[in-house]
Amino acid sequence: MSLVDFLIVFYAMIGGAIRVSTPFLFVALGECLTEKSGRINLGLEGNLIFGAMVAYAVSYTSGSPWLGVLAAGGAGLALGAAHGWICKLPKVNDIAVGLAFMSLGTGLAFFFGKPYIQPSAPRLSSLPMGGWSGNPQVQQALQVNPLFFVGIGLAVVLWWALRNTRAGLTLRMVGDSAASARAMGLNIDLVRLLATAAGGFLAGVGGAFLSLSYPGSWNEGLSSGQGLMAVALVIFARWNPLRCVLAALLFGAAGALGPSLQAVGLNWGYHFFNAAPYILTLGIMVASARSKSAAQEAPRELAIMK
Amino acid sequence: MSSASSPETTPPGIVTRLQERLPEARLIEPLIIPLGALLASAVIFSVFLLALGKNPVTFFSLIWTGGFSSWFSVQNALQRAAPLILTGLAFAIPARIGLTLLGAEGALVLGGLTAAVVALPLQAAGLPALLILPLMALTAMAVGAVWMGLAGWLKHARGVNETISSLLLTYIAIAIASFLIEGPFRDPGSANKPSTQPLGFDLRVSEMFGTSVHWGLAAGLVLAVLLWLVMTRSSFGFAARIAGGNLRAAQGQGLPVGRLMLACCAIAGGCAGLAGFFEVAAIHGQANASLAAGYGFAGILVAFLARQNPLVVVPVAVLIGALDASGGLVQRRMEMPDATMLVLQAVIFLTLLVSDTFYGRLPFLTYQRGEDRS
Repeated sequence: MSLVDFLIVFYAMIGGAIRVSTPFLFVALGECLTEKSGRINLGLEGNLIFGAMVAYAVSYTSGSPWLGVLAAGGAGLALGAAHGWICKLPKVNDIAVGLAFMSLGTGLAFFFGKPYIQPSAPRLSSLPMGGWSGNPQVQQALQVNPLFFVGIGLAVVLWWALRNTRAGLTLRMVGDSAASARAMGLNIDLVRLLATAAGGFLAGVGGAFLSLSYPGSWNEGLSSGQGLMAVALVIFARWNPLRCVLAALLFGAAGALGPSLQAVGLNWGYHFFNAAPYILTLGIMVASARSKSAAQEAPRELAIMK
Repeated sequence: MSSASSPETTPPGIVTRLQERLPEARLIEPLIIPLGALLASAVIFSVFLLALGKNPVTFFSLIWTGGFSSWFSVQNALQRAAPLILTGLAFAIPARIGLTLLGAEGALVLGGLTAAVVALPLQAAGLPALLILPLMALTAMAVGAVWMGLAGWLKHARGVNETISSLLLTYIAIAIASFLIEGPFRDPGSANKPSTQPLGFDLRVSEMFGTSVHWGLAAGLVLAVLLWLVMTRSSFGFAARIAGGNLRAAQGQGLPVGRLMLACCAIAGGCAGLAGFFEVAAIHGQANASLAAGYGFAGILVAFLARQNPLVVVPVAVLIGALDASGGLVQRRMEMPDATMLVLQAVIFLTLLVSDTFYGRLPFLTYQRGEDRS
């Protein structure tokens, strides 16, 4: 591989990290919020796919991509609220309910999404952030979607709010000790319902990014497990919204590896490079499991960490 | 899991133990609650259909026609039930020891690929087909067992959450299989759809007794009975169920929890790998992308509907197979997308999970103390 090829791959991975990481970031922030309340939602993969389809359909029929983003959030909110409501019933297994919502979201998206595979909907326009550089590759890499900045801003706000606001304290308390929250007179089920619904909203917005920005079209293979990887990413980021940003960027770069190697004509074994995010996730899970600091920072009520 | 506190269970006295033997709530519950859930999901799906302006009566009668009404449709349903039994078992067995393992799809794909790949060199070595077929099945099972055993090992050795790791392993398995099928093992003749070299007719698993159902169904039946015996009548199954009920207690009793987990995962992988073998040797005749048809994921639903009971997996797999079989008919006659069955299955799955909340709380049954099963 020559230096020029290397630079192309490098720029493509930086650009890819920014583009590919956005859906990861939204799902991870949503999952982080839900898990902070002591409940796990494995079904965000379903929210992501359903959100992507709804965003595309709404953008196509209304002509406004931002309306599509909002509708995707609404669809995710509905799925999340349903998850939260079902999980408050006694004896219901929240991991299994997550699996069911994964298949429900996917099923609904494929069911209603059939007519939208062909037509092209108006996409979200990107902000050219690379104007300072004369290099066209840099300019291309720095075509950043506004949703990326929204995600980063949201991460900062969440990080601050979890520490410094009453709502943040309530959420953390419900997630760390249901018994003491109950003793304080808090409505645990309501807090968890709201946290799951809000998490579902964010995952839906992440889906809108998939269909309206990058890759930027609706098809049935749009999200292959990204919603699920984001769940693992939250464990890796130890339930800290700021670390979620870094983790999402890392995953985005891994996800961009396959396409950028193909861009320089390296086709051998591209299946493996496309599988890089899965392998990375697994590696990170192996490395971070049983880590003492992770166990300390985990919400105590979280079933998956017990 | 659920936040509500269940009442403390007291050790049963002689009187309650005697009463438990009577056909009481305990025996009726696992029958009426899933059936009620199926009924409820039919109602919910009918509302969904009505909202779309479709006729639910037509829909369910088409399912009857496509899945049950004629010998042809029954055979079609049984044909699809064969891999579902095996993948259902692949979820149910680890579930008994408390593992939520989703890796059946990956083990099926890798098992099927292995079966297709080992067959030809064995044939070239001059082995008879009667010997090659069992060898194909065994290697497929071994590869599946190793693949799913990996998730169990990661859980035991490193505490990695098995649900997420097994699903990631599935994506990795499909990537490995695609790489091998499009690369080293590709049949140069397969231009449009990369595949491995087709198996000769002597290496195909035949249909049973003049039906169109292949022997995979019989294998699934035998394995289901066998695994039911193992899980309910052997000390291995007893130990596994104890570990699934209370991990700490099992460890305290000195049970080899890690080895039990590994064994359950390996059994599961073996079942899924065997399903892959039959998909290759009985249906496709070669390994290609069609192997990842979602049987591994549908097996999760089968196992949940069967409440992780290996014997009940069989009829449930036939039911889901019939739904699958009628999908094409529904698609053509009602002009609905092929994802219709996906939505229906998800609705069934969800209602079934919600129905869990009724165990021990059915208003029309009388419960004794300590019978509240959670």
